[in-house]
Amino acid sequence: MTPLTSEYALEVTDLTKAFGGLVVTQGVSLAIRPGERRLIIGPNGAGKTTLFNQINGDMRPSSGQIKLFGTDVTYFAPYKRAHFGLSRTYQIITLFTGDTLEHNVTLGLLGLLPSRWQMWRPLSSYGDLATEARRVLDTVGLLHLAAHPVSDIAYGEKRRVELAMALAQKPRVLLLDEPLAGLSNTERSTVKALIASIPRETTVIMIEHDMDTALDLAETVTLLNYGRVIVDGGRDAVIADERTREVYLGV
Amino acid sequence: MKWIGAALLAASFLLPPFLAGDFYINLASQILIAAIFALSLNLLVGFGGMTSLGHASYLGVAAYISALLTSRYGLGHGTSAIVSITGTTAMAACFGVIALRATGLGFLMITLALSQVLWGLAYRMSNVTNGDNGIAGLTRPMPFGISLDSAASFYWFALVVATLAFLMMATFVSSSFGSSLKGVRDQPRRMAALGFNPWMIRWITFVYAGFWGGVSGLLYVYYNKYIHPTSLSTTGSAEALLGVIAGGSGTLGGPVVGAALVLLLKNYASAYIERWNMLLGVVFLFIVLVMPTGIVPGLSRLLTGLRRGSR
Repeated sequence: MTPLTSEYALEVTDLTKAFGGLVVTQGVSLAIRPGERRLIIGPNGAGKTTLFNQINGDMRPSSGQIKLFGTDVTYFAPYKRAHFGLSRTYQIITLFTGDTLEHNVTLGLLGLLPSRWQMWRPLSSYGDLATEARRVLDTVGLLHLAAHPVSDIAYGEKRRVELAMALAQKPRVLLLDEPLAGLSNTERSTVKALIASIPRETTVIMIEHDMDTALDLAETVTLLNYGRVIVDGGRDAVIADERTREVYLGV
Repeated sequence: MKWIGAALLAASFLLPPFLAGDFYINLASQILIAAIFALSLNLLVGFGGMTSLGHASYLGVAAYISALLTSRYGLGHGTSAIVSITGTTAMAACFGVIALRATGLGFLMITLALSQVLWGLAYRMSNVTNGDNGIAGLTRPMPFGISLDSAASFYWFALVVATLAFLMMATFVSSSFGSSLKGVRDQPRRMAALGFNPWMIRWITFVYAGFWGGVSGLLYVYYNKYIHPTSLSTTGSAEALLGVIAGGSGTLGGPVVGAALVLLLKNYASAYIERWNMLLGVVFLFIVLVMPTGIVPGLSRLLTGLRRGSR
């Protein structure tokens, strides 16, 4: 790991992504400081998830640059970025449905350990991994379901498993793609408290539509529309901005 | 209950040499060889989600290398076996690099194409492989000076190798690496985001499956004392794939049961029915309709259902 010499945890410069003639990310630049809480908003189709996919490496940008703590990771494979301290959750829940919650979180832990290459010892014999996985499940309030397969649990609980898998990795930069989507009011406040309790060593970048809940968690806000950054800055300044009202709040 | 099952299973493997005639002992040996082959294919198909239609490449090439080295170059069986397995594994490493450029149907087609190339070579390079005549007059090895020429002694030899193969592949799939492999099969994108290298995981598995495919090829050529280009044919790959799917892909017992089923139908039923292929098709269709996940998962579900019902 490189030392924290850079001023920014994540620096995106002039990022552009085009699918044929359709440009979904147009010259996006972002600079996010270590520990910052950044909210990314924008109407449907604004290119928010596409931006996340490029930051985490699932998609390769057409042009532009992505830096994590000063290192250019634009052409790094996704797994390499994970070892650089980047974790993400998915808008569409992407879990191992046949496996238990504990196993899901264990995979999150295993991904960053050299023992993921080990071919002799059964995974079940790693007591420390199981203990840690259960501890993380406890922080998201799902310890009592640890031994259940993911296919058995409710939607809102799956959202929390998504979060637990990412948190288990103790990421330096965490991308949350609509962590509140489809949750009931009670679940919302649970997850909100959970996100609020993420330690400051982790930079949190979040896409969310539920402004009432998400704004409380954010310090800075970026508004995207048609793949461009429209407004970018402190939370209150962005909310007060006329363009935000125009594009998003519809007031 | 579990112990009774284990005892029955052990008995079914240990008793044949004492109870049955040579025909059935030989059949049992063939089942063991086919089981190792199917188990290695299952690493790809069942645990890795990589459906290969070219797995006979590894069986055939290992068999050919051993046959050529012992008959033409007069090398001992020990050296030949080592060279044969090393060569086959190295070939799997190269084929893996080519085939894993694709997934799904593309992967299947590349593995098929590569195995067809080898099959064509075995037929056409007759100055090396003796073409359609095959290589006959081969011998069996004599490990620790024990002759394997009788049906029973060969069966014991095959059983030791098959047990070792089964245990090693079982260890492989339950290890951390095995969990990574299953993860990459189910959610490759998520696994990459978690820090796993999906390509490398698939490739290592591909090479490991090639290694065990090679081991089954050695047993195959020892058993038959003869090798022919059909050992590299797509039919061989397809039969094994059929066995894996029928028995239950992604389980450890499934490929063994499936391989046994295919071989029994092939050897036993063909004595009574001329079109045994048709019978195989009907049986396969029946399995797919009644137990879509295969015999082993299907039966275990049935058993748990019965147990729950009897309570």
